[in-house]
Amino acid sequence: MAYDKFNILRSSAVPLPIENVDTDQIIPARFLKATERKGFGDNLFRDWRYNADDTPKQDFVLNNPIYSGKILVGGKNFGSGSSREHAAWAIYDYGFRCVVSSFFADIFKNNAINVGILPVTVSPEFLDKIFKAIEADPKAELEVSLPDQTITILATGENESFVINGYKKHNLLNGYDDIDYLQSMKEEIKSFAAASKY
Amino acid sequence: MSTTPTTLFDKVWDAHVVRKIEDGPDVFFIDRHFIHEVTSPVAFLGLETRGIGVMFPERTFATADHNTPTINQHMPVKDPLSANQLQALERNTAKYGISHWGLGNPKNGIVHVVGPENGITLPGMTIVCGDSHTSTHGAFGAIAFGIGTSEVEMVLSSQCIMQPKPKKMRITINGKLGKGVVAKDVPLFILSQITASGATGYFIEFAGEVFENMSMEGRMTVCNLSIEMGARGGMIAPDETTFAYLKGKEKAPAGEAWDKALAYWKTLKTDADAKFDLELNFEASQIEPQITYGTNPGLGTGITKHIPKAVEVKDGEASYKKALAYMGFAEDEAILGKKVDYVFLGSCTNGRIEDFRAFASIVKGRKKADNITAWLVPGSHIVEAQIKEEGILDILTEAGFQLRQPGCSACLAMNDDKIPAGKYAVSTSNRNFEGRQGPGARTLLASPLVAAAAAVTGVVTDPRELL
Ligand code: SF4
Repeated sequence: MAYDKFNILRSSAVPLPIENVDTDQIIPARFLKATERKGFGDNLFRDWRYNADDTPKQDFVLNNPIYSGKILVGGKNFGSGSSREHAAWAIYDYGFRCVVSSFFADIFKNNAINVGILPVTVSPEFLDKIFKAIEADPKAELEVSLPDQTITILATGENESFVINGYKKHNLLNGYDDIDYLQSMKEEIKSFAAASKY
Repeated sequence: MSTTPTTLFDKVWDAHVVRKIEDGPDVFFIDRHFIHEVTSPVAFLGLETRGIGVMFPERTFATADHNTPTINQHMPVKDPLSANQLQALERNTAKYGISHWGLGNPKNGIVHVVGPENGITLPGMTIVCGDSHTSTHGAFGAIAFGIGTSEVEMVLSSQCIMQPKPKKMRITINGKLGKGVVAKDVPLFILSQITASGATGYFIEFAGEVFENMSMEGRMTVCNLSIEMGARGGMIAPDETTFAYLKGKEKAPAGEAWDKALAYWKTLKTDADAKFDLELNFEASQIEPQITYGTNPGLGTGITKHIPKAVEVKDGEASYKKALAYMGFAEDEAILGKKVDYVFLGSCTNGRIEDFRAFASIVKGRKKADNITAWLVPGSHIVEAQIKEEGILDILTEAGFQLRQPGCSACLAMNDDKIPAGKYAVSTSNRNFEGRQGPGARTLLASPLVAAAAAVTGVVTDPRELL
């Protein structure tokens, strides 16, 4: 599935200072029944966002109009639990292009990059600074530069660099995905398979 | 010539690297791929959009399990969205020539139960599936882990995924497990010690007497829960127990091929001086029957203990308080004696024959408590048949329980098997997340013995008192 290229993203951010946000919260299992990839953003954080009667829960951050932007900032161990890529689709479909946390669950991190979301891992201290900056000004902007691998709180100029491997970076910058790459090496894979034990 | 000592994990991993990308992941070859109705439709759609096909259809196996009913499976599936997913799987597998054990097929069941019991899962393999508990298959000395739908599309189209090699951790537990302490208690105990993110970035090897003495069913339960520790997966070196389990399984090698395979499998172990990035050691005597009280599997403790105070847990205070509030529990409360409404025996964690035997050992000669609704869901039709053959069904019926039909059921509550809001369920599954077993449902994860003890007493009870 093609996605938009990622380069430099400058945006305000939505804070979700909760730890262990698992993929069952990001998108509950009962919304996984689709056979197509569309509309998942409507059910992003469904049970935190809506009451049982579908009315919005006013105290949830996505229902608070003072927060908006393309960056979601979450607490430690973001995206734990189920491998459902639907979680990443829901985040992308809602309009986020970048998720910031001090720690990501492995499968989520992989899924995120595969659908075109940049997961940015920062130190716990820097995460704290981001939350404070948003608390001080809900419109506070962050700048995430993929080419430089840095994230900056624009109001204060504080910044930190983040790690991403060169291959994934190249893909995100160009809007390529792994399937394009694998298709280009089919012959090599076939001979590998022919020699494999199973 | 001396070679550097390597771990079991290195041996299997390195044998599957097709290409190493500089400053990037490995192109990693997959021997076996399992698919099910929920995470595969979009992958097949992707193939069509790109105009590419399935490279090795014989390496992929499909079963319907996540979203299937556990009663009246012979009737048409009522929910149109669920029916649509099942039809999509049927259509896609037929189109590409992939083996499919759909609803009603005698081989049908939960993907991580049917793979091993039919001999599809073998030592030294690489195995993936769009379900995080694929780690279960690590019990056979395979590298097995869950993948996302984009990766399902990769495996279908190229039999490979892109994976950076994880770090290695070994968890060693020596000694003998006490009475009433079973396989499930071991990973729940580890989780309570290292938290739900304690193994993130690692692949675990479980070693030591406790695992050596376990049955294959027990080892599968352990590896199943390695993902809950944050690990990419977990594995246990194959040994005589593994070989005895596999011998004669339908898709396992036979005759000369068996001898050849066996010779290879025997090489699959960690060398004496091999290095791990992290080593953890525990003693079997530290472990009592476990139960969780919070909303991630790391929030658990020994059943006789009190719920820890916020200062005693590693989760942040706000998250911890949120978890307890959701559960309707308070710090420092006893867990024993808490009222239970539902009991769920099943899932790929504890839906195998040994789990039903354990459950039956406690309910035998007793009666289901009136306040309990119990859902007993075998992991597969093969397990279901065994339950009947061994007379376990009679014991269950006598005690007032019914058996449902195989599937994931209340493990993820995608079908109708949902625990109602606010109700307490002692569950043998793997996740106690908010809403996992139904919106508002409150899950206490535990072993089949603890589940059985709750089912006959109506409250959280130490199973050792009933054995
Ligand atoms: S039983 Fe639960 S964890 Fe296992 S495969 Fe089914 S949904 Fe996944």
